[in-house]
Amino acid sequence: MSSETDSTTKTDLTDASESSRQPSFEQVSRTKDVAFRWLTLAAALVGIVALAALLLNVLVDALAIFDPANGPWVDWQFLTNPPSFSNPYDAGFFPAIVGSIALMILIALITFPLGVGAAIYLEEYASDGPLTRFIQLNIANLAGVPSVVYGLLGLGLFVGLLNIGFGTLLVAGFTVSLLILPIVIISAQEAIRSVPDSQRQASYGMGATKWQTIRNVVLPRAMPGILTGTILALGRAIGETAPLIMIGAPTAVFGVPNSLFSKISAMPMQIYTWADLPETEFQYGVVAAGVVTLLVILLSINSIAIVIRNRYQTQE
Amino acid sequence: MTQRTTTQTPTDRTDDRPTNEQATDAEPATDRSGSVADPVIESRDLDVYYGDDQALQNISFEIPEQQVTALIGPSGCGKSTFLRSINRMNDLIDVARVEGDLFFRGKNVYDDDVDPVALRRKIGMVFQKPNPFPKSIYDNVAYGLRVQGEDDGDLDEQVHTALERAALLDEVEGQLDTSGLELSGGQQQRLCIARAIAPDPEVILMDEPASALDPVATSKIEDLVEELAEEYTVVIVTHNMQQAARISDKTAVFLTGGRLVEFDDTDKIFENPEHDRVEDYITGKFG
Repeated sequence: MSSETDSTTKTDLTDASESSRQPSFEQVSRTKDVAFRWLTLAAALVGIVALAALLLNVLVDALAIFDPANGPWVDWQFLTNPPSFSNPYDAGFFPAIVGSIALMILIALITFPLGVGAAIYLEEYASDGPLTRFIQLNIANLAGVPSVVYGLLGLGLFVGLLNIGFGTLLVAGFTVSLLILPIVIISAQEAIRSVPDSQRQASYGMGATKWQTIRNVVLPRAMPGILTGTILALGRAIGETAPLIMIGAPTAVFGVPNSLFSKISAMPMQIYTWADLPETEFQYGVVAAGVVTLLVILLSINSIAIVIRNRYQTQE
Repeated sequence: MTQRTTTQTPTDRTDDRPTNEQATDAEPATDRSGSVADPVIESRDLDVYYGDDQALQNISFEIPEQQVTALIGPSGCGKSTFLRSINRMNDLIDVARVEGDLFFRGKNVYDDDVDPVALRRKIGMVFQKPNPFPKSIYDNVAYGLRVQGEDDGDLDEQVHTALERAALLDEVEGQLDTSGLELSGGQQQRLCIARAIAPDPEVILMDEPASALDPVATSKIEDLVEELAEEYTVVIVTHNMQQAARISDKTAVFLTGGRLVEFDDTDKIFENPEHDRVEDYITGKFG
């Protein structure tokens, strides 16, 4: 084959079949792609916008930005005074804050050992039988039971049957503990399950017993996850109002609890009571101040959870 | 060396079994040729099932003391299952079931009065992927001593000895309190070996200990295995036939279906195996 014929053939080919032989990479329609992108973005923004609006609204009310004459509703006096139901400018949140914190400590003391214990049993000891699956299914279901139902249980069991007394710290602690226990168990189970099996094998291979393996290998590795889950569940616990109403927590508590049998108030409970009063100063100013305080405490708790998780993660 | 070989195929299984038992009963241990001591581990008609699947069929052979015995074979042939049935790690799998006998120094480890936890304190194990604990190097090595309640002696000395035997001491001396996870993969695996030998077990089981490592780290592990055989009985599962040929004294070839096809001196297996299928496997015709 001569080079002349060769080049001629080539030219011919190119000329004759430019459109048919060369691959085509024309623009593919992206209309749906673009439309879907904006739709999903909008879906993602709904939550953010709602949260921003809520925060802005309560902040404006709580800081009395449009009514600077009286100063902000959230101030030192609000945080340290007992509540008032007649004079909004005197109203304070102190017993409710202390009540919520005491309640939270009690709930932590109850749910942490119970929740971690149940999770260890289900993940490490229980064999996969019908009983285990039954327990597991029930825990998952309990996590979805409305809180008002737990309130009813607390009322019947702790107030009615065990006669511990309406609206006491102990009854509130037990009731809300039952409410968040399934969440604590499930998150602790997830944390325990995420410990790689190779770690357990290494421990058993060294002649460690089950308990030694759990204590030395499984729990240390699962602890950040367990703590994160527990703290987030506690965050949910301090926001609960319905169970407190059901067990008869009083609408007005002027002092801090001094025993497990003291009647207590809690932040959401106090906010709810104020919102019921006819004066607009209560309905907007004082309630907003309470909401801001509650949110700040909640967000602080959640950030503690994040800090704990990050600190353990960087250690590994 | 005239170590008795046990060969089994489905067809000769029934014939072989009585011979086997007879041999075991009739020949005292001393008869079994000069250089080889008593078998440390003796498997007799061992079957292992996972649920309805049979993972091992009728495994019978003897693992000699202070030598390296390699278990080779294609994936899924049951060599790891056999390794794990020696220290009863298969107990941890709910569906696993064992039939037949496995003797460790003459004691059937599947007898009712054997606590697998106590058994594992005599038989150390090293796994395929290095799995040090997220603890300091020191605590990793001391782990076995501590859980076995043998940390009342000079723990520092025991940890140093174990690291030295695992050929790791020179590389980590002075940084024993750093995390074991900060070491390289090969170092981590030697740390796991140090952890396994710290409580001074009699047997070390290794489940493809070098398969996750680069060639340099692998050759260090291989040298180490040969040294360890001076003091311990080593049973090593490997995918790598050259590795088996380099480091082992005895080789057991498992083929598909969970059967032990041939067990003999490593030289014999690699130079002149009795079974064509073993030769095919070793020369790379399948597997």
